[in-house]
Amino acid sequence: MNQPSARRAPFQAGFFDIAPILVGVFPFGIIAGIAAVEAGLDSIQAYAASPIVFAGASQLAMIDLIGRDAAPIVIVATVLVINARMAMYSAALAPTFRDLSPLRKAYGSYIITDQSFAVSIVRFDQIDETPSERFSYYMGASLGLWVTWQIASLAGVIIGSGVPEQWSLDFAVPLVFMALVFPAINDRASTIAAVTAATSAVAFVSLPLNLGLLVASGLGLVAGVIWSRE
Amino acid sequence: MTTYSPTLIWILIGLAGLGTWLIRLSFIALLGRVATIPDLAMRILRLIPPAVLAAIVTPSITHASGTFDLGTDRFVAGIIAGVVAWRTKNVLATIGAGMSVLWLLQAMS
Repeated sequence: MNQPSARRAPFQAGFFDIAPILVGVFPFGIIAGIAAVEAGLDSIQAYAASPIVFAGASQLAMIDLIGRDAAPIVIVATVLVINARMAMYSAALAPTFRDLSPLRKAYGSYIITDQSFAVSIVRFDQIDETPSERFSYYMGASLGLWVTWQIASLAGVIIGSGVPEQWSLDFAVPLVFMALVFPAINDRASTIAAVTAATSAVAFVSLPLNLGLLVASGLGLVAGVIWSRE
Repeated sequence: MTTYSPTLIWILIGLAGLGTWLIRLSFIALLGRVATIPDLAMRILRLIPPAVLAAIVTPSITHASGTFDLGTDRFVAGIIAGVVAWRTKNVLATIGAGMSVLWLLQAMS
């Protein structure tokens, strides 16, 4: 806290550790920007979700549902269900954040992502540092991702306005989700959850209010939990 | 294209952002009062990404033309991209494979 040099090292270490991951985040952000423009949002709104929501998968799902005029409550519920996993990260980070100032807790929470959480928790496990040093490391990783996401989605919004429809770039959205789903499938329970949700989503595609996604996800969760009980 | 008004879209973005922040803040703010997440809740949270992502992906390729149709360019491109995603777990490779196949099929038809 009192010695800037002592805090500088963890911050840089966090940034360097997340850097390789940022390469994959960039195209994802560009797609999010393009998709928002193609869904019919004006440029400011198309970009605004990136700083306000700052959660890529949920932003893409939200944009997709807005583009189809899904019921507003379903749109918000879908975002919150997708982001509910971050309660896990919040619980895992809580001991480290415990004695930090309320301000740090507030912006440290805002900036939680899958990626910065993943690199931070590995570091916390391996290296014994003060909570303040750990927070610096976490902010180095998180800000690296935040800046990348903002630049990439802004670039996407700018590009999106000029992309011809024949390029079918909207198809990149399910492709991004595909690239995200396979790493998330890593045991029997997650396989069953994914397969159940996938088949239910096809079966329930015509449910009113675009509720199909939420219903199918719920069935996938139930199946996964039941089958994971040993 | 949405027919929703800019005001409604602002409200949606705002609620999504506020709710997401509260989820992220939850245990960090509550620590001291709530110590751990119950085991069942933990299991459910862990399964949310595979379940939700899978539920988003499938209809976008099985219903690409609006109704159930496994003969569309997007279904074929999606299956090939799915194999690439499964094998490489790489975002760029998956987008590259899926878009290339889709463009190729569209050019041939």
